[in-house]
Amino acid sequence: MSSINQIPVINAKRGNPLSKVFDELVRFCRSRSLFILHYCTGCGAIELPPAMTSRFDMERLGIQPMVSPRQADILLITGYVSIKTLKRVILTYEQMGSPKYVIGICSCTVNGGMYWQSYATAKKLDEYMPVDLYIAGCMPRPEAVIAGLQQLMDRIHSGEANSWEDYFRNYDYYLGNQQKLFGDHWQTPTDIITEAKHYNLMGEGTLGEHTRLLEQHQKPLEALDMRLGHNLKEPTK
Amino acid sequence: MPEIRNFTLNFGPQHPAAHGVLRLVLEMDGEVIERADPHIGLLHRATEKLAESKPYNQSIPYMDRLDYVSMMCSEHGYVRAIEKLLGIEAPIRAQYIRTMFDEITRILNHLMWLGTHALDVGAMTVFLYAFREREDLMDCYEAVSGTRMHAAYYRPGGVYRDLPEQMPQYQASQWVTGRDVEVRNQARQGSLLDFIEDFCNRFPGLVDEYETLLTDNRIWKQRTVGIAVVSPERAMQLGFTGPMLRGSGIAWDLRKKQSYAAYDKVDFDIPVGKEGDCYDRYLVRIEELRQSNRIIQQCIDWLRKNPGPVMLDDNKITVPSRNEMKDDMESLIHHFKLFTEGFCPPVGEAYAAVEAPKGEFGCYIISDGANKPYRLKIRAPGFPHLAAMDEMVKGHMLADVVAVIGSMDVVFGEIDR
Ligand code: SF4
Repeated sequence: MSSINQIPVINAKRGNPLSKVFDELVRFCRSRSLFILHYCTGCGAIELPPAMTSRFDMERLGIQPMVSPRQADILLITGYVSIKTLKRVILTYEQMGSPKYVIGICSCTVNGGMYWQSYATAKKLDEYMPVDLYIAGCMPRPEAVIAGLQQLMDRIHSGEANSWEDYFRNYDYYLGNQQKLFGDHWQTPTDIITEAKHYNLMGEGTLGEHTRLLEQHQKPLEALDMRLGHNLKEPTK
Repeated sequence: MPEIRNFTLNFGPQHPAAHGVLRLVLEMDGEVIERADPHIGLLHRATEKLAESKPYNQSIPYMDRLDYVSMMCSEHGYVRAIEKLLGIEAPIRAQYIRTMFDEITRILNHLMWLGTHALDVGAMTVFLYAFREREDLMDCYEAVSGTRMHAAYYRPGGVYRDLPEQMPQYQASQWVTGRDVEVRNQARQGSLLDFIEDFCNRFPGLVDEYETLLTDNRIWKQRTVGIAVVSPERAMQLGFTGPMLRGSGIAWDLRKKQSYAAYDKVDFDIPVGKEGDCYDRYLVRIEELRQSNRIIQQCIDWLRKNPGPVMLDDNKITVPSRNEMKDDMESLIHHFKLFTEGFCPPVGEAYAAVEAPKGEFGCYIISDGANKPYRLKIRAPGFPHLAAMDEMVKGHMLADVVAVIGSMDVVFGEIDR
């Protein structure tokens, strides 16, 4: 994990007058080619295929489903997130490459929706990860989904959609909420703090009591032993 | 040379073929599966518990969200259990409407299944075709209930309102004008029944279209024939229901065997398979699409000729009309009572099941005389099917797992509840 520090980051001031134009161009391109990560957590997922297929046709906006989190731009949380799923969602979110955007579809991600009383669901998604946009409704119609995505495109174009930076700047807050839910030993394979340093996004809230707790418990990650043969352990039953 | 041993492979939950959130731990010997271990609970949200803390009529929307691909069938199971508990029976017109919408739901579900199953196995076109037809049926849902998916249209004692006389139409807009709007509205000139009838007339041709793409397709057959064979005895032992059981050659269908709603008054056949493999289950479901179409047509005929009430006229259980509520004190009280306290069925228990598209969906309610169920147990059809995962994929290749998941037609909302 320390090797990431050795990658040189150049923080030179950008003197070229064309750099603004260039930024603008990058943002435009970025907003016109979005890959949605295909992870269906709840009933909201059923309205996504209609939104993608011929009647509503999301692809004309340059939005496509993508199967791997590493190559996706948007994480769509489509509905209630049970606590068990939330762990996976966070793992997925942390694996996505920046810049990344989170959209919470359905009332269930806003405040719990119909399941606000349930013991098994995480109610407010934005306590666990920064959310760029909510699309409310139970369930939102495909038109609403597309309108929401268009709004996100506008926000990306104008540079407002930068909640992913917030995850690095306020990591302590998000981690604290995650720890409250999953226990003190909660740890993901991604090293957010090192990444924050790498991106130069260390903020006031990156480090705090919760990250200290994490450091206490954190088991160092080891590379998997890739040799086949004798030293493979019996698969756990 | 190191010897190669079994290794475990984690499949899902973030996997496009995992139908939402299935997680499978596969123990593999090379590319052959030795053991499959499905992990569930990723969508668990305590529906049964929540239903116990709410008056009976307020839990109907939870049932929609159980199996969120076949919404109204789940409602039907729950509503029937309540009706059994209360000892009431919906009016005959409501029964026909329910029958019709159950079959519309079956088509909706099977189209979703067909699209995703084919997509998983590698045929993209079917997906696009299937979703084209789903849109029409979604519009039917919308016309009666106001929402595309989670309808909450069935109520204890009938259905919420009668079928609309006028099908909603497209409006001209900046992008779609004149002739285009007319073309789109062609089928929407009359009532909802006209719209559904138009759909029913088109639908057999459309099923033929899907079949040309799949049934004799060499790749499709290679991927599904002989995969995950379940013998009839084993299917019964495993508690299979619905197309999974019929695919193995057992003609068990609650619509015929324990008839409910108006199923005893309509004419239809139960398709059964022979081999019990994925391909037979596919054929069974395709035939069910045609049979459902037949049932809907018969219902339309009946509903055209027989107007009548769609809700029981017992204001202790069903809601008074809006007009009555506004100028009649007693109705207002009934309305208020129903929406705050609900109704209290007598002490007892009831189990009612319907043939949902995936199998037997049943609700078992214990009442202690209060306005909330003491216990609600939901029998989800997908659960036993998923439990047989290990047996079905053993000895097959990794790529076949996807075909098996597809042919099971799992939806996690109902399995995890
Ligand atoms: S808001 Fe409604 S439709 Fe969306 S996930 Fe929640 S219950 Fe399902």
